[in-house]
Amino acid sequence: MAAHQDRNLLAVIGDEDSVTGLLLAGIGNVSQNQTKNFLVVDSKTQIPTIEAAFEEFTSRKDVAILLINQHVAEKIRPMVDKYQAPFPALLEIPSKDHPYDPSKDSVLKRVQKLFGE
Amino acid sequence: MSGTGPRENIFPTRMALTNTKLRLKGAQTGHSLLAKKRDALTTRFRAILRRVDEAKRKMGRVMQLASFSLAEVTYATGDISYLVQEQAKSASFKVKAKQENVSGVVLPTFEVDRVPGSDFNLTGLGRGGQQVLRAKEVYAKAVETLVELASLQTAFMILDEVIRATNRRVNAIEHVVIPRLENTIKYITSELDEMDREEFFRLKKVQGKKKRDAETADATRKELEAEGQKDVQPTLAGGGGDILGGKDEDVIF
Repeated sequence: MAAHQDRNLLAVIGDEDSVTGLLLAGIGNVSQNQTKNFLVVDSKTQIPTIEAAFEEFTSRKDVAILLINQHVAEKIRPMVDKYQAPFPALLEIPSKDHPYDPSKDSVLKRVQKLFGE
Repeated sequence: MSGTGPRENIFPTRMALTNTKLRLKGAQTGHSLLAKKRDALTTRFRAILRRVDEAKRKMGRVMQLASFSLAEVTYATGDISYLVQEQAKSASFKVKAKQENVSGVVLPTFEVDRVPGSDFNLTGLGRGGQQVLRAKEVYAKAVETLVELASLQTAFMILDEVIRATNRRVNAIEHVVIPRLENTIKYITSELDEMDREEFFRLKKVQGKKKRDAETADATRKELEAEGQKDVQPTLAGGGGDILGGKDEDVIF
């Protein structure tokens, strides 16, 4: 399990405002061959694009945490729910115009289930 | 009885019995150890569970605050998103993974590794530089919360997995391995008992036969004796005789 030592980036899939804010904090990283660690999703973004980005970020070896806006995660919910691997950690974050709904979070769902048993 | 339940396929000997008893003891020790491990992990897991729940709710508030500060920026400087996206080169906000050991399970924890960079220094140069700086700080704080949450969540995932595996093992030992060993021991014991009985019976039989033979021999001798004392010797006494008395025939090879 030494693999997670070289994971030190954060990746983000989200709407413009969330991505801008997180980039301001300094998480943005563009590698030599122009691969970014962020994807801006707007109303015109196709779902396959999001899915491809999700697939890419979760399979990248240098990403430790993947942040995804909850309303974006909602669009690819089956994929998000299926994702169980500990690395990279998947975190659903609220966006500006979509307040956080704990009942939709796939991790919180598991938490609730365990609490409710 | 020996026939009930699954058992190991071994030969019922005393050595196998000792070995199986040893293995049963080992399995019991392992079972109690694993159960202890499971309990320790579960305690840890419960604590993390509560913290995950808390942190998730906290994150909602923090992100809201961050969005506000970004709105301030947009108000003061106009839309900077394109600028920011284009300027992103290399991350100054990274995380470092550290390891923590909870009863043999390695839990990674992420730590913020922030290089005080000078990214976006020119953003908002015209106006709204203050707001941009503030938004940067607020967002950095927010991401710190997110990183903390991510390590909690990762620990949660890994612990969940490990607890499941441990539970499986505990149950397997309790419900499969131990009963099977017990059955094997029962089988070997009953088989050995059976052998003992057989042996005893056989000995009895042999003894009885010997006694009977002796009695028959006794009876024959007594009969012969009664027939006539004058008779030279009871043939039964064996062909003793005087071997020096008579003359042997020539031995021809």
